[in-house]
Order: sequence, then C-alpha cells, then structure tokens
Amino acid sequence: MDLRDTAQFLVQGALAAGARAADAVVGESDGLDVGVRLGEIEKLKRARERRAGLRVFVGDSTAIVSTADLSHDGLAELARDACALARLTAPDPLAGLPDPADLATELPELDLYDAAVETLEPAFALAQAREAEAAAMAADAEIDNSEGAEFGGGGGTVAYASSLGFVGAYTGSSFSLVVTPIAKRDGAMQRDYWYTAHRKLAALEAPAAVGREAARRTLRRLGGRRVPTTACPVVFDPQMSASLIRHLAGAMSGRALYRRSSFLLDRLGDTIAAPSITIIDDPLRPAGPASRPFDGEGVASRRRTLVEGGVLKSYLLDTYSARRLGMRTTGHATRSAGDEPGVAPTNFYLEAGPHTPEAIVASVRSGLYVTELLGFGVNGVTGDYSRGASGLWIENGELTHAVEEITIAGNLLEMFKDIEMVGSDLIFRGSAAAPTIKIGRMTVAGA
Amino acid sequence: MLDSPQQFFLERFGLTDRNLDRVLGTALEQRADWADCYFEYRVVQTASLEEGVVRKATRNVRQGVGVRVLAGTRTGYAYSDEVSLDRLELAARTARCIADESGGTTSLASTMPARGPHDLYAVTPAPIETPLEEQVALLHRLDAVARAADPAITNVLAGIGIEHRVILVATPSGFVVGDVRPLVHLSVTCIAERDGQRRQGSHGGGGRFAFGELVAGRGEHFAREAARQALVNLEATPAPAGTMNVVLGPGWPGILLHEAVGHGLEGDFNRKGTSAFSNRLNTRVASELCTVVDDGTIASRRGSLNVDDEGTPTGRTVLIEKGILRGYLQDRLNASLMKMPLTGNGRRESFAHMPMPRMTNTFMLAGDDDPEDIIRSVDHGLYAVAFGGGSVDITSGKFVFSASEAYMIEGGKIGRPVRDATLVGNGPDVMTRITRVGADLALDDGVGTCGKDGQSVPVGVGLPTIRIDGLTVGGTQA
Repeated sequence: MDLRDTAQFLVQGALAAGARAADAVVGESDGLDVGVRLGEIEKLKRARERRAGLRVFVGDSTAIVSTADLSHDGLAELARDACALARLTAPDPLAGLPDPADLATELPELDLYDAAVETLEPAFALAQAREAEAAAMAADAEIDNSEGAEFGGGGGTVAYASSLGFVGAYTGSSFSLVVTPIAKRDGAMQRDYWYTAHRKLAALEAPAAVGREAARRTLRRLGGRRVPTTACPVVFDPQMSASLIRHLAGAMSGRALYRRSSFLLDRLGDTIAAPSITIIDDPLRPAGPASRPFDGEGVASRRRTLVEGGVLKSYLLDTYSARRLGMRTTGHATRSAGDEPGVAPTNFYLEAGPHTPEAIVASVRSGLYVTELLGFGVNGVTGDYSRGASGLWIENGELTHAVEEITIAGNLLEMFKDIEMVGSDLIFRGSAAAPTIKIGRMTVAGA
Repeated sequence: MLDSPQQFFLERFGLTDRNLDRVLGTALEQRADWADCYFEYRVVQTASLEEGVVRKATRNVRQGVGVRVLAGTRTGYAYSDEVSLDRLELAARTARCIADESGGTTSLASTMPARGPHDLYAVTPAPIETPLEEQVALLHRLDAVARAADPAITNVLAGIGIEHRVILVATPSGFVVGDVRPLVHLSVTCIAERDGQRRQGSHGGGGRFAFGELVAGRGEHFAREAARQALVNLEATPAPAGTMNVVLGPGWPGILLHEAVGHGLEGDFNRKGTSAFSNRLNTRVASELCTVVDDGTIASRRGSLNVDDEGTPTGRTVLIEKGILRGYLQDRLNASLMKMPLTGNGRRESFAHMPMPRMTNTFMLAGDDDPEDIIRSVDHGLYAVAFGGGSVDITSGKFVFSASEAYMIEGGKIGRPVRDATLVGNGPDVMTRITRVGADLALDDGVGTCGKDGQSVPVGVGLPTIRIDGLTVGGTQA
C-alpha cells in the first residue's frame, strides 16, 4: 500500500471509530551506515524503519498513538485505541486541524532526493570513510589515534493525510561523512571532528578535505589552558553562531510562548538584536536539509523573515499554539509519528554581514574565539546563558593559544543586542546556519 | 519470567524455535566470533497536564529485531521493525557481511559472571495496565499541591510516562534470555511569576516499580519540590564567575560522577585509548576519600536491569576504590578484546541500536563527615543541590554541568540563592580535589537519562554531600 493510502486509511478508520477529525503521518526509511577506525572496518549497519502515527479529535478531546504494525488489522486497531484514549482526556475547544485556507494547495518540487541512495554499496561507503580518516591521520605526527570515520546514507518517504481532505507525501535522501581524529601532546589528548552532509551524494565535500579540516580543528586544541576570569569580547565561529540562533528559535516557538516560558514573550515588534541582525527561515530552499513542501499539519511552506534589522517580526507557530496566542500558524509544525505536533524552524539562518572572519578576529585586542560549547546552561525562560567553552585566545588581533575548561556567560537578549560584527562567511552546512559573529562583552570564567 | 519473553515473541511474530535457529545459523555461515538476535517490544504511554487539565495522552508501540555479528573488532548490524522470517534472514545475511573478510580468530566467549539473572522488578499488574483515569487523577492532585505552595505559581506542567518493555536475546549456541522491564516516570515543572520576573522549577522521578508508588506520597513530594525550586529561583541572583570551593548536596548531584568519571571508564573508550582515564588502571585518579561503584542490581531502581541488553546478568563493579582506579564497564565486544570480565553493562536504546558499554546506577559510597560540618568548613563558595544536566568530552576529560538550584556559602553558612551556575572541570583532576565526603549517601529520585553516541538509556546516580576544592563556576558576576 502506498504510504499516502495508509495515511488515508488511518484517517478513515478514526472517523469510523467516532472521531470528529483526524490526521495521520506515515513514514518509511532505509539506511546504511559504516564506520572505519585506524583504517579497519569497525561497523556496518543497515536500518529499515516504518511507522504510522495518528492524532484523533473526539469532540474536542485529543489523543496521539503510533505503531510499526502497518497491517490492516493493526491500523484499524490503532484507530480504535486512539479514539478510546481521547475519550479520557479533557476537551479543549482550541484543539483541531488547521484552517483549510492555510493548507498547501500545490506541492513545490524541492529537489530533496538523490537516487544514488538506492545503489549505495558498503564498499563505496567504506572507501569514503577510509580516505577521510587517512587524510586526517596523515596531517600531522601529533595525530596518533582516532575515534574513526563514519559514512552514512539513507532515504525515506513521509506521507501525511487529514480529514480536511489533504493528502501529500515527499521523499528525501541524505548522505554524511564525519571524521574524529585524536591528537596528543605532552600526554594530554584532544579530539575534534569535521563533517560534510547533503541530500545529494555528489554535493558532499571531498573525503580528504573533510579529514584535513578535522585534523586542523583537532590540532589547534592542543596545549589548551584556562585563562583568568574576565569580561571580554567573544567571537563565535560559524558552528557556534548557529547554536546561538537555535536557542533563539527555541524562544520563538509558539509552544514555549503560550506556556509563558520564553524570554521572547510579548516582544513581537521589539528590537531584540543588533541592527545588523536579520534571521530567515526558508523551508523551500532547494535541496535544503530541512526543506519540505508542507509542515506536519499539511500547512503550506513559506520563506519568512523572523528578525529584520534586529526587530522581532514573527514567531514560529503551529496551529494550536497560534490559536492560543490569537495568531495564525506560520507552518512550523514538526511531526514525529508518536507525538503531538511540535514547533521547530526549518532551514534557519542568520544573514551574512560585511566582515571577513579574519577582520573580526583582527578587531579584538584581547578576547576569546569560541570553537566548542558544552553543556545545557541555557535558560529558555530568562535567556540566561552559561556554557562550558573551548577555543582560542585572541591577543592583539591574532589567534594565540588554545583555551579550555572555561565558561562563557551572559543573557541571550543582551548577547544578541551586543553583536558588534557579522561575518561574510555564511555556509549552509546543517539546517541552522550562521556566519562568524562578535559579541562585545561576555563573562569568561576560568582560573 | 525467563521463559515467557521467548513465548511472547515467537507467538507475536509467528516464529518457531527452529526458525530462530536457522536465522542464527545464517548469521554464522561465515566465520563470525559472535552473533545474536535482539527482539524487542515496547509500549510507552504518556499523559500530560497543563493549565490544570489533562488534554494530551499518547500510546506508542514499537517492536522489532536487531541481528548482530561480531568478527574481531568489527560489528555487523541490521535491524527492522517488520519481524518475519524473510526479514530476519535478510538481516542476518546483511549483518554477517562484516565477517566476510575476517580471520575470525578472536574468541568472544568471555566468561559469564557466575551468577544467574536477577529478579529486581517483578511488578503485578504491570504499570502499563494502570487505567488512564488513575493517572489523570494523580496529575490533578499534583497540580493542586503545586499551586497551593504559593500564589506566585502561575502554571504547572506535569507528565506521567509508563513503559513496558520486553526483550529477548538469542544466540546460535542456544543461549536465550529474556527480560520484562517496567518503568514509570513522573515529572513536574512549575512556572513562578512575580514582579514581571518568570522562573522555573522542576522535579521528578520514578523507577521500575508499581504506579501506586507514585501515588503514595512520592508524587506530591515531587510537586512540592518543583514549586519550591521555582520560588527559590524567583529570589535567585546571578551566579558568580571564577574558581571557588564547591559543596555538592546528596543524591542527584551524583551526575558529577557520571560525567567526570563514569563515561571515561566505559570499556570502548579505554580499549581504543581515547579516554582521559586510558591506561590508568590501578593508579590514583581520585582522593582516597572516594570509592565509586556502578551497580545495576539495586531493586526497583530506574538504572537497574536483571540482565543487560546482551543477556549478561548485571553486577556491582567497583570503579574507584579509595582513590585507585579498579575497573571498567564492559559489553561483550570490548570485554573480549580487552580480555576482561563481562560486567553486565552492554546496553542499547532499542533493537535499532548496537550495544555499547553504559552505566547503570553510578554512585560514591558514604564517608564519615557530617554534611553540616562540610558546609561550615567553607568560608566562601557555592552549594549546589540540583542540576539540569551535564556533558563530558571523554578524550580531554573536560566536563560541564548546570545547577538548577544553588546557593552561595558565606562564612560557613548557606546564603543567597544563585541562578544558572555552570560548573566546569576536568574529570581526572576534579576527583583529586574532593576533600570531604559526607555520611549521607542518597541515590537520585529516578530521573536520569544518559545520552551516548545518539542512544538514550535510563540511569541512576548517587552521592553523599561532598566538598570539592577549587572548581570553576561559570556565572555572569566576575
């Protein structure tokens, strides 16, 4: 049975079992993952998953169920179970499917699939991983061990149907290569990693280049030490900048807002960042890692400016959170088979600015260049931020020694307003992307 | 109990003992060192309260099988959530590819511990049978308890999760072992608001016991604690930044051991020489006040297991004895390659994951000091009693964890609460800085989930009150 038919069958089953409305999501995926370590095969893993999830509205009460049993009997039982469960939950007049006007009416072609995934052979995957690891190991004598290299490829289809008559599906693929070398100096070890990931096999960066970059990132961590506790400018490399905008996305989420657990509550239209900051969410980016023709409720995807010139222009909303906030869904419902819709950005990025990363580092007399952040010290309610960090110390505009075992702390709202420079080096590597940025002043805790 | 999982799976998937033998035979046609099938069936039911009502309930059923073949240091793994003879044979053929080029010279016949499987959490009726009405009633009561704490509590989020997991490990040699694993969990989060300030407090817990245990007082305790913590955080001022003496309270702050020590003692990292603790067996890695164990055999605990996910009975492993590194945590692959005994720590998140060495319940044994004396011994420092979470870089040993409830200590007395203090340090170093260990060992309330390499498993931690000299605290107040 086509996955769309399975989804529609589930919706029909729910209506037959007494639901007023229902929607279903059905997914199927296959994948291959291989790992090598020190040149030898370490693992080969084949995955096959499929799953069906159903949300029902019985009167104004809701329940969500899922199963991997996609037989007719299994699906019919799932629909009955869902309705029985919903009868035990409290009604909520705001619960329900989207306004039909918001549904996607045509599904844009987003170039998400590469048929190379169907013929991906372990021998090829192993060769890619081996080449990447070998390049890292050959980069320097101080690289003397490895956590290995992994190559993965997979493909899958997601279908969604609802009792509004919507039905749609899309198929995507993904490929990735990651290398994690280990370097040693004076008995102390450091590791770092580098990766490439894309929906198209041919768009992956060359394995040797990934390996060399992994080696460069690992080597520069050697000899790390603490610095004295101080307040100073902090430069975030692109990966770390991307983590900052992810935190912002968490606070923009409608689910956090109606629960009053976001530091962006009631801030629409306010200046929440420096004037140089513009943040975009674009689910329609061709071959984007998080691109999709419709969201987890069948709502049309649209490119959207969330922060423009430092002003908060939009939240990220699904149907329910939008109704709670008296707003309209922005098409950001994410869906896993077994849970109610969540809210998350898609391809989410901070627009590039005018400065080269070198010029940003050169502008700092004494400060920190952050290349890794560790731990969970981000409070979504207050925006308070305190995370373990490592990176490089900047002295007179130049990167000097490695720094580790320190924390950086501030408040996300103040940090975003205090962004003094935005880099020109925006590269789309994952679903959240940002260039190098410089924050004027944060607390660095160390020795 | 040990036979019933086998019957359960054979009936559920329409298989016979002979089918199973044939599949495992397929996996071993090549020269493999070890092969196993891992069958799993799991039901997870949740109910969530928000704004005074339970509007959400979920029920998810997962089932599937993973086939594993080991050859030397190689692992072949294939899994599917369709379980049929065809799928099993395909998975076995895929997994055994790994052995194709292998010499297959390593014997993976690691010595099984000389103990049978435990019986640590037989619960009848299974918690998953708890009627939703009873769960809803408990959530309503907890909402009322939390709100009664103070008018400043403006919202309460509370959730119950009940899991029922049946597993079966089968090998070509005819070794078959199963386990039925109940797990209940309750969490309460309170939002407190006053003078335009919003703060949050959370508490929760659970274990492998009957749902009634949560009803009998434990749940209300969690609700009161969540409300209290939210109210404390309303008063909290920014945390200090810099190096100071830190006192950790008993129980959940044992997450320090999990991050600073536990991960670094997992067999895989040590076999590969990638842990900050590699090659340090029988050397001093902590102050002599420290004895740290991992114990998967404590009845009803969240981190406990009758057998691990390779069928090995769990045990109690001394990791650090009076400051000396004594042992690693092992799964079958790493124990065999390191020629060390199995410890019953081969765990996996599900049939879709390969086993790895993982912790169970990790804690420090009690010392002699009066906890109040330990606090009095600090002139200026931090007292941390609750944590949000932590993480570690195994290779460099650097760890970070975030306090969700902490206070300044001034002149030996607990003073003002501070918010969002992050503690950062180096695992092998921090353990040598432990200068006082209290007599008040407590295990956590059953809330821990450990993530490693993308796999989450339930764990426990425990700690007596301890004093650590010279730890970096990362607040905003330099």
